[in-house]
Amino acid sequence: MIDVNTFIGGYPFRHVPHPTPDALLRVLDREGLDGAWVGHLPTAFYRDPTLGNAELFALLQPFASRLHAVPAIRPDWPGWEAALREAKSAGSPAVRAYPTQWGLGPHDPRLRELAIAAGELGLSLVLTVRFEDLRQRHPLDAAGDLSAATVRSLARAGETVRLVVTAAGREMIEEVHWGLTPAEQRRVFWDISWIWGPPEDHLAKLFRTVGAERFVFGSQWPLRLTQAPRANLDLLPDDLRPASLGRV
Amino acid sequence: MTASRGAGEAPLAGSAPLIDAHAHFYHAAAGRADWAEVNAARFRAGERIGITYHVASVLGSYGFSSPTYFPSPADVERGNDAMLEIATRDHDRVRMFTTVNPNYTDHTLREIERCTKRGAIGVKLLASRRADDPLLDPIAALAGERGLPVLHHIWQHRTREWPSQEISDGIDLSRLAERHPKTTFILAHIGGGGDYMHTFRAVADVPNVYPDLSGSGVDRGMLDAAVAALGADRLLWGCDLTMCTGLAKLRALDTIGLPAHEIEAIRWRNAARIFPPNSFERCTP
Repeated sequence: MIDVNTFIGGYPFRHVPHPTPDALLRVLDREGLDGAWVGHLPTAFYRDPTLGNAELFALLQPFASRLHAVPAIRPDWPGWEAALREAKSAGSPAVRAYPTQWGLGPHDPRLRELAIAAGELGLSLVLTVRFEDLRQRHPLDAAGDLSAATVRSLARAGETVRLVVTAAGREMIEEVHWGLTPAEQRRVFWDISWIWGPPEDHLAKLFRTVGAERFVFGSQWPLRLTQAPRANLDLLPDDLRPASLGRV
Repeated sequence: MTASRGAGEAPLAGSAPLIDAHAHFYHAAAGRADWAEVNAARFRAGERIGITYHVASVLGSYGFSSPTYFPSPADVERGNDAMLEIATRDHDRVRMFTTVNPNYTDHTLREIERCTKRGAIGVKLLASRRADDPLLDPIAALAGERGLPVLHHIWQHRTREWPSQEISDGIDLSRLAERHPKTTFILAHIGGGGDYMHTFRAVADVPNVYPDLSGSGVDRGMLDAAVAALGADRLLWGCDLTMCTGLAKLRALDTIGLPAHEIEAIRWRNAARIFPPNSFERCTP
């Protein structure tokens, strides 16, 4: 199993313990995970992602068999198409975008262009709904959560689009899923890092309604405990415990 | 239906005693059709995790006939009655906090006496009045006299007012706790929203405040910082509304390398110490 939602690097608004590739490898071993898609956390807050991406590839190079670099591609930045092709050439399984941090609205045509272009290259586009709970954010962390409208808009952009939406909760997932056609729904995967288990059993309800195949393992390490999504799976109702997550 | 534990299957969090110091149950007047299902889910997940006791409260009507955090006296009573019924029926695994709204002082004091006589072992304060308000003094005093810990809903670092609650933070609760040094206060859910680092500093020198670990927040570094700031003897394990994060935190306590006696303290020994003696027959210090 792959963790599709990990990062290396620091976070601007609080201290994060040892957010390094070797620490991540130890976590994967401890949790029995085969590998991880890894973004560069500081790059989400850079204007120009270029140097952050370069650092990501350099830091992950020794661990490339298990830690797969997922660079950030900013579609309103000159030369983004070349950066996308470079990501493909470097073997990335996906790229990341941060629409709210970059001030790109839900129907921004440049975001749609990125989603289409990534899809045509066989790359998933990873989106982050939030890095932290709204109630604890730093006053300067004013970007807000990614909207369901943005995800719907991107899912409708084209047949090749493949989205991996991380850190979404039940309400957003349902709003997006039931606002898409069946074909569009199949373009969206959700990580389970921010979905609650019992007693409300949101994850179980989503598995029953949306389908387990639309969900993937994600932890949002190093911001959050990797133990959380694992615990959520362990606490699924008996009839769902064999349920298989999706494969991106 | 949620997870249950099959015959011979070990609890996910091990078989040592485990007290959830912050749990809730629902009832028929809570305005949701699935209330019994949610209660059953808590029991089944508790069994699978290995929870020995759920120390729980009912928060009035949960907003159905008065606001969750400002429950009317009638809803307070109805909720406490429902909680009494659950605690009586499931006495082998449930203990009870008496929920009160401090804006109704006489009613609050009567309600604490009424429910304590029937087995309640603590008092639950929501966010109906700021924690340092003088209206809370008679409640804290009575709780202290009876040896009942007061679980107070907390927003970790309040920087402004938020709708639907009159929120309090660690500083507010500390003021109350300093006025009532013989009363034990449980500071609710360090993972329940806000800045827990602020809380740790706010309560570090107030020894009668015991933060619980519950809440949906699973920030890496939060548990390490809590132990470093307060010590394992000041922390209580709990789930509140997300039992998956409760299990994750238990596993993380192992991972961060706490010695066994400190994990035991957080799992149950601290709770057994601060609640009235013999509250937990199956957890004997």
